[in-house]
Amino acid sequence: MVAVLPELLRVTEDDVRAALDVVLDPELDEPITDLGFVRSVAIDDGSVTAGPTTVTIHLRLPTSFCSPNFAYLMCADSKDALSALNGVDRVVVELDDHHDSDLINAGLAADAGYLGTFGSEAESNLDELRETFRRKAHTAAMERSLTALLRSDPSVREEALGEVTLERLPAGRHTDALLRRRRALGLPTTPNARVLVDHEGRPYDTTEVPMALRRARATRISIDGNAHFCRGLLRTRYAGSGADQAPRLDGAEPADHHHLLPIATKEHQS
Amino acid sequence: MYTKDGENYFIVDAHIALWDAREANIRNIHGKQFIDCFYDYHRNLSPESEVWSYDEYTYYGGERLMKDLFQDGHVDHAIFQPAYLGEFYRNGFGQTEEAFQLAQAHPDKLTYNHCFDPRNGEQGLDDLRRDHEKMRFTGVKLYTAEWHGESRGWKLTDPWAVRYLEECERLGITNIHIHKGPTIRPLDRDAFDVADIDHVATDFQGLNFIVEHVGLPRLEDYCWIATQEPNVYGGLAVAMPFIHTRPRYFAQIMGELLYWVGEDRLFFSSDYAIWTPKWLIEAFVDFQIPEDMTEYAPITTEQKKKILGLNAAKMYGLDVPEDLRLPESATPATGPRDPGAADVADSPLATV
Repeated sequence: MVAVLPELLRVTEDDVRAALDVVLDPELDEPITDLGFVRSVAIDDGSVTAGPTTVTIHLRLPTSFCSPNFAYLMCADSKDALSALNGVDRVVVELDDHHDSDLINAGLAADAGYLGTFGSEAESNLDELRETFRRKAHTAAMERSLTALLRSDPSVREEALGEVTLERLPAGRHTDALLRRRRALGLPTTPNARVLVDHEGRPYDTTEVPMALRRARATRISIDGNAHFCRGLLRTRYAGSGADQAPRLDGAEPADHHHLLPIATKEHQS
Repeated sequence: MYTKDGENYFIVDAHIALWDAREANIRNIHGKQFIDCFYDYHRNLSPESEVWSYDEYTYYGGERLMKDLFQDGHVDHAIFQPAYLGEFYRNGFGQTEEAFQLAQAHPDKLTYNHCFDPRNGEQGLDDLRRDHEKMRFTGVKLYTAEWHGESRGWKLTDPWAVRYLEECERLGITNIHIHKGPTIRPLDRDAFDVADIDHVATDFQGLNFIVEHVGLPRLEDYCWIATQEPNVYGGLAVAMPFIHTRPRYFAQIMGELLYWVGEDRLFFSSDYAIWTPKWLIEAFVDFQIPEDMTEYAPITTEQKKKILGLNAAKMYGLDVPEDLRLPESATPATGPRDPGAADVADSPLATV
């Protein structure tokens, strides 16, 4: 048994990547592992040096000028996720090729936290930033579900969408995603809960429903568009990085090789 | 002018640059990172046939610019929107003197807009007055993510920015083009937030605020403020090239913009030399909303004519040949400009 136990506890690259699946790009509402942001994983299990087990990962982003607050969040969340892994003694997270790489990497190495890393540029914490994008992610998920319902059931009227409850939504990835976002905001997920609500769970008056849906649609388009643009920029910046990206169905285009999408256009009007 | 299928389009490219990012002008690693970021935008969204070599891209000069825009590119008039970036480039990124001289030599084709940084305080205000005296510009391009000493960004609502906007009103600099980059301070909040534009648009009713790249990556926030303010416009720089690789996304951007902002407040821009105008104009004239997007009405030829040039020509008082003009539409000053845009007749969103 003594010889087997360390083998079982040995951390693998799969363990590391699975642990990183919980780290989201808050802006794009997707795991960094799906986006191809994890550049490398190295594990030193200490067998040679008889030292501690050290996991070192490198992260990469689509541009040098991606917002440093999001960059920092993803790095810090990665360090937390890996530090919680059984059998890992030490974690090194390094952000490559960013305008704030030196600053962020030094802060991570020293466990300086957000305030300690950014000094006077930081005020208190990044909770509000996270919350802003949790709300946007919920808004987009809500719009996807309701628009899918409108398209699938011609008897549903747009004005009546305010009355639609969760039990009316078909089982599937849109509904799963919506329930996940609702939990993240602390909104009810009971079958009779209304779908179209604001971030505090308040429903809309019938007259406000079309505008609420329109605003939600703009949010969804924005997130999907950014997610695909960021993916594309990463592929342009780092040759071969596309192999590390999972396809994103929301906002997919014919150029992404999704053959089911129509490309016929409307009659030209003058 | 561009002609297609018997229709003539007067073209104004409302956002162009003459930059120098050659090695000799790069001050530090960030100057290199900045032009590399631009080059990745260029490579990622351009058709393969329109991709430049890196060396061409770092500096192309006035002669190449004139050829790409006016000889090959169908453009009738273009507007310089310079970014200074003095912390990244020894002689700045946008080449003020070269661009101004070029505009002087071709006043019928080029308009020179200037830039300022409110963190330059009183000295900067004096410079603005002096530069305006010399160059007589009616517009400025402001980049809120510019670095400046210890500061890595500013807001339009900063007290000094308000003083500069007051000076713009006094001098008759009425067209304020805003490029929202990631404004770093404070890091606690969303760096691309456009809320400050909402404030100054309300406080400075005599100024036009043109939000470049229509607020991307915060299209939704931009649409929401633009719909509430009569003096907020949208520049289509960066949005345009999605027409090639991501036409469905582009259709949605246009559908949202026409609904919220309306056909009279949107300006075509190539963002030259990030992209070249020729293919963008040709693709836009041919463009239509995909048939299955029943939530949007088709884009009309009239709307395309306004966006491609007539809107910017009006704001900048450019002389448009009589036969190319169009009457302005009777859209409301605020609120969704085209509430009827949804193609309800054959839409699953229909209420009947």
